[in-house]
Amino acid sequence: MGNGSFWLPPAASSGAPVVDRLFHFIYWTAFVFFVLVVGLMVLFVLRYRRRPGQKDHGPAPTHNTALELTWTIIPLIVVGVIFYLGFAGFMDISTPPQNAYEIQVTAMRWKWSFTYPNGLTDEDLHVPADQPVRLVMTSTDVIHGFFVPDFRLKHDVVPGRYNTVWFRAGKPGTHDIFCTQYCGTGHSEMHAQVIVQNPDDFQKWLDGAASALAHASPVELGERLYHTLGCAQCHSVDGASSTGPTWKGLYGSKVPLNGGGSVTADENYVRESILEPNAKVVLGYAAIMPTYQGRVKDPDVAAIIAYMKTVK
Amino acid sequence: MSTAENYLTHSSGIRSWLLTRDHKRIGILYLISIMSSFFLGGISALLIRTELLTPNHALMSPEAYNKMFTLHGAVMIFLFVIPGVPATLGNFFLPIMLGAKDVAFPRLNLASWYLYVFGALFALASIVMGGVDTGWTFYTPYSVITNTSVVALTAGAFILGFSSILTGINFVVTIHKLRPDWMTWFKMPLFLWSLYATAIIQILATPVLGITLLLLILERTLGIGIFNPALGGDPVLYQHFFWFYSHPAVYIMILPAMGIMSELVSTFSHRTIFGYRFIAYSSIAIAVISFLVWGHHMFVSGQSNLADLIFSFLTFLVAIPSGIKVFNWLATMYKGSITLEAPMLYALSFLFLFGIGGLTGLFLGALSTDVHLHDTYFVVAHFHYVMFGGTVIAFLGGLHYWWPKMFGRMYSEKWARIAAVVIFIGFNLTFFAQFIMGSKGMPRRYASYPARFQPYHDVSTIGSYVLSIGFVIMAVYLIHSLFRGRRAPANPWGGTTLEWKCGSPPPHDNFAETPGPCEPYDFRGIVYDPAIGGYVDTARARS
Repeated sequence: MGNGSFWLPPAASSGAPVVDRLFHFIYWTAFVFFVLVVGLMVLFVLRYRRRPGQKDHGPAPTHNTALELTWTIIPLIVVGVIFYLGFAGFMDISTPPQNAYEIQVTAMRWKWSFTYPNGLTDEDLHVPADQPVRLVMTSTDVIHGFFVPDFRLKHDVVPGRYNTVWFRAGKPGTHDIFCTQYCGTGHSEMHAQVIVQNPDDFQKWLDGAASALAHASPVELGERLYHTLGCAQCHSVDGASSTGPTWKGLYGSKVPLNGGGSVTADENYVRESILEPNAKVVLGYAAIMPTYQGRVKDPDVAAIIAYMKTVK
Repeated sequence: MSTAENYLTHSSGIRSWLLTRDHKRIGILYLISIMSSFFLGGISALLIRTELLTPNHALMSPEAYNKMFTLHGAVMIFLFVIPGVPATLGNFFLPIMLGAKDVAFPRLNLASWYLYVFGALFALASIVMGGVDTGWTFYTPYSVITNTSVVALTAGAFILGFSSILTGINFVVTIHKLRPDWMTWFKMPLFLWSLYATAIIQILATPVLGITLLLLILERTLGIGIFNPALGGDPVLYQHFFWFYSHPAVYIMILPAMGIMSELVSTFSHRTIFGYRFIAYSSIAIAVISFLVWGHHMFVSGQSNLADLIFSFLTFLVAIPSGIKVFNWLATMYKGSITLEAPMLYALSFLFLFGIGGLTGLFLGALSTDVHLHDTYFVVAHFHYVMFGGTVIAFLGGLHYWWPKMFGRMYSEKWARIAAVVIFIGFNLTFFAQFIMGSKGMPRRYASYPARFQPYHDVSTIGSYVLSIGFVIMAVYLIHSLFRGRRAPANPWGGTTLEWKCGSPPPHDNFAETPGPCEPYDFRGIVYDPAIGGYVDTARARS
């Protein structure tokens, strides 16, 4: 595991060096072939360039089967080796050990959420260092891509099915999670972090976060849901306009609608907008919010409304 | 010669062009159309690169950015690179290189162009209707649920597919039926072998794209539930269908370019092509294997490990015929008498850029490294090194090679060389930086990005400006040559294939009578005559 190089980001998982070794092997193989091709090209241009009064170079060969078979078979052997190494490494990094710690990953436009065995859901991925972790991933809307460059780990997250990946993170630290499968407006903002912690710290965080949540007031719960459900991706709480209208001062105000008319943003309107987002869209915004029907329960909706009331 | 009747002066008026059945005029119509598309795709590329100068949204909103890269991809792929070489240079030169008067079905040929225009209008309509934000790949279920004008654009691509199929059919029949008796398969110019292999893919693969896009349109309009998981469909099935066409399609794009390379390297080395049969067979091998590698676009999609294994293996196999061609072109230069006119500069440029494009494919064909590099800028860079560094550079080489023949005028050699060098430098600045940021983890299709990637993006954007300067220079001297260029001789470069045996520009019927037997790539007796500024065939003159 290293700090990264000219070509590669830091290597921070047990699988990363496997990928990096092959990367460098291919790199140097490609380098040799490239120098061979371009070197011969330059050499021939210099050597055989037409010059005034030059002598004939003699008859040039029209073909040479032995030579042509040579430059068919040698590359075939080289790519055969690369194929084998690629497959062997792939099996290594895609076969999880038996005792892996399991975390559920849900991707949605444009947000990751991670659910731990104790039921806690968080917007970042906390994992214990040096322990195998298995992610069971699905999407609620379109295809997303789960990518941690420092782990050399990537897999599509497909709605309607579960895909799994595993990794063993190195030292404590944080690493980017990117979405790599284009998913619309907020695709490039669909970030999260992997937070690698010592196993003790991880357990402390997990218990602490779960107990804080159990004792949270509706406003605190609502603020948490604002982040974990992905509301924050499009709705600001500081008055800034984004993909969706800001929540600041929204509750109780009269909002103009697309297609004319207006509505007072009371409990019923907010509830409808969460469950049936495109029924009444605020003037000037596109009808692109995904529905949360089936994903939030009534107490959650109430908590979100409670939080929204505090955002003035 | 300049006063002789030729295809340009044969008849006049807008009707004589819009209703023409002359393959040469249809080639010119295509040339104008696809260069307009290239301009549109290029402008969108510059807007994309300008937006990416800074990590945050500066020039446009994320929605506008997403529409912009979709526009760039769809226009460049469906309207420029796929029809590119076959419909323009292929249309113009395939019959002439066979010694024929026209393609087998001239009316069908014109119909192909109208289908192209019709399809292009649908694509333009989708822009007028607000644009499309799916990416050129139209992945489901996003393409099913987005509220942008997906149907108009996919309908356009559907229609363009028929244009491509009809061109393919025309070329296959022409090559089979209109060769002179003496021209056996192995006496055909290698450009025609590559067009033949391309046509086979066009005919067999394009219908699958048509069906796929039709299913997508039905999914959007009627909700038939084949791709949308909300209706019980399978979004990954769409990817299989899509790449079943779109992987062979990259060979539709690169094979004709390889054909041009064989012509350029031989002519400007003034020496017979080395290993004709290996080059010819490798085109066919590429066409066959290209149908069996589509799954390498889906190594991280959730297809089975067994499928990953098989597709990775077959992907490495398809690398071999391309390698054979590169080595054979190099061997053609050995003991040649090399001249470095602009077309040859493009050929050398191709060897350099396609070399990088091909070799970086090894990283993506290998399973474990692809997991890291998939959907990053590394793929974007690889793709552009192959499609731009390969296909477009070879197309430009071919355009410069055949320009004097097509229009009867010579362009400024000095400015052509300058433009070739500027394009080479600009291209590498633009796309090499993308390899580095990609392997460092920069995902593709991002409107904004973490600040640590900015230096690479900035180099890339500056490169794209240099690149466009090269194209502006090219546009100026090419247009200038049409009016003020020196009259072109019949054979300005010393080529040996049949197109150099008719006038520049060719007469309406190409040849007064079917040309007699000759060997392609036989350079004996082809010597430069300073009096006419071109080459003459002294062997033929003596006999």
